[in-house]
Amino acid sequence: MSALLELEGVRTAFPGDRRRGGPARVHVVDGVSFRLERGRVLALVGESGSGKSMTALSILRLVPKPGRVVEGAIRLDGRELLALPVGEMRRLRGRRIGMIFQEPMTALNPVVRVGDQVVEAIRLHERVSAADARARTRALFAEVGIPDPDARLDAYPHQLSGGLKQRVMIAMALSTRPEILIADEPTTALDVTIQAQILGLLRQLQRDRGTAILLITHDLGIVNALADRIAVLYAGRVVEEASREALFARPLHPYTRGLLAAIPALATPGTRLHEIRGTVPSPDRWPSGCRFEPRCGERFEPCKAIDPAETRPAEGRRVYCHAVARDLALAEGAAAPRSSAGDALAEEVAR
Amino acid sequence: MTVEPYVVSNGAVVVLLAGAVFLGRAVRRNRLWREAAASLWRRRRLALCVIAVYATIALLDSIAWKGGVPAEAVGVLPGAPHSVIDRLFLDSAEASYSAPFADVEFYGGKPLRHPGGHPLGTDIIGRDVLHLALKGARVALLIGGVTSLIAIPLALLFGVGAGYFGGRFDDFVFFLISTLASMPGLLLLIALVMAMGRGTLSVCVALGVTSWVGFCRLSRAETLKLRELDYVQSARVLGVSEPGIIVRHILPNLVHLIVITFVLMFSGLVLSEAVLAWLGIGVDGSWGQMIDGARNELSREPIVWWNIAAAGAALFTLILSVNAVGDAVRDVLDPRTRGEGA
Repeated sequence: MSALLELEGVRTAFPGDRRRGGPARVHVVDGVSFRLERGRVLALVGESGSGKSMTALSILRLVPKPGRVVEGAIRLDGRELLALPVGEMRRLRGRRIGMIFQEPMTALNPVVRVGDQVVEAIRLHERVSAADARARTRALFAEVGIPDPDARLDAYPHQLSGGLKQRVMIAMALSTRPEILIADEPTTALDVTIQAQILGLLRQLQRDRGTAILLITHDLGIVNALADRIAVLYAGRVVEEASREALFARPLHPYTRGLLAAIPALATPGTRLHEIRGTVPSPDRWPSGCRFEPRCGERFEPCKAIDPAETRPAEGRRVYCHAVARDLALAEGAAAPRSSAGDALAEEVAR
Repeated sequence: MTVEPYVVSNGAVVVLLAGAVFLGRAVRRNRLWREAAASLWRRRRLALCVIAVYATIALLDSIAWKGGVPAEAVGVLPGAPHSVIDRLFLDSAEASYSAPFADVEFYGGKPLRHPGGHPLGTDIIGRDVLHLALKGARVALLIGGVTSLIAIPLALLFGVGAGYFGGRFDDFVFFLISTLASMPGLLLLIALVMAMGRGTLSVCVALGVTSWVGFCRLSRAETLKLRELDYVQSARVLGVSEPGIIVRHILPNLVHLIVITFVLMFSGLVLSEAVLAWLGIGVDGSWGQMIDGARNELSREPIVWWNIAAAGAALFTLILSVNAVGDAVRDVLDPRTRGEGA
């Protein structure tokens, strides 16, 4: 089965600052590939600056100027989006790919009633009467769990709480029945209890409507609650991709393991919280070789010079790491490697 | 076929009244604007009443028709159109100066035709000063209104365009703004009026061309900010076209700035006209022209003061009221003075 959305080696670049000795082009997304199957949830996970949001904007071809997608392919149902004329791309936005944003506070126009905003979204893509669109909006509001939808239709955004605004946002994104919903940190700005409600709502909508969700987040708790598959992004590249179960059970890439170890809920009280030392390098100074090398606890000779190639330790799983590749080779040689990645791999291979 | 000015003026009154009714209904429907209007009324009751009186006078002076004028009336052209205000002062002409409520002429002491009938006296050719002062209201509001109507759309066109699209257009607009801002405003005004010839419209156009720069900068900056907000991005994600985004998401969020600018600009424009009139290139019948005409009388002995006092007081009261309302409008609408939200 072909994927609903497929990215292949997508590179998104901004012009660099040559006066300060930077490169001519800065690739904030640097060769990202993944597939999103119909009706599934794929999570893009990574730190700030890893290129998650830029990947989403690249799919919609809304990378802010002067940036643009310079290489790669983005296919929706086998159709190349990067080659579509501007007008066709605009009709496709919203109609087939919807998006909800991080900040419900600023994502609704403050001077237009929320009901009217959703009605406009519907009428933008379909020839329906205002009354029909309004009825549909009312139904949508009820579906996303807005209490007293009739009264809320005529409310202004400032009259709604953050959670309600996020529900309106979701209703707006769903109003045109898109096949893909891109959720860019959909719960970051909300209270924890509201977060849980919104996550529950997204999961329910995904099941009921069969909408595929591209979930962008740095919160592994959300990933665990929602995702089917996970792609870990680091410095503009996918470093590991696996199903949720496999990734949480046996993270392979040192970066993924660092991320999982850094979840405070898993730490025992009194011990130091785990951290990944350092920060994501700036896009105009990506290190050569493996980009995680400067922060990696398992680096060895090839890491600094050579880009790690794709390793497929198991079906439906890929990882880009020299150490993992080495350990995998050793494990296949039936030797007993003594590194944590090796342990994990040995189990994986043994299965 | 040429339409006579008084017909246009009558039409304008109808349009304005219809517009006012429409605006009133729109404000009443929208809770935010209704509250802002109520708050404005609470803060500046007197000033709003004063402006309403000026507006009423101006409207009454704009409704004119021909005929119905006694042929024997002194100083009246029977074939010309007369406004409602004019008709209140028919046959009021005297031969020369007279002081307020005087029975005799100021110089010479000849008896007046209407002893005690001129509450603000008469001017050098015997016209009733109250009549002139009332007629000035229409000119002042016309200058402020028409000029704003020219300047604000111009500023929005360039400002929003530059802010939203950026790039070359932004460079062009900034070049234009810098060029205009580097010229002495008054000289440019005089040059424009001279080039276009005198007349109400050319003065308005000249004032408009020289006064849009400030608001253009403001709207450009605000658009730059709005353009990056999530709801504009969200509209793009939904597939709204660029013009659609400007009309539905940028302009409505600039309305408070438009209202504030309009009110604050208004008084400045009326004053600018007074300066132009003082230089001899103003609009006929304006208070500025009355002041200009009366300034020589100040050196007479005894002083003819009522002329300049009437025009000055009328101008002062209007400007003060408009400024007071302008401040209140800014307080009510400007998010910076109201705290974030809305």
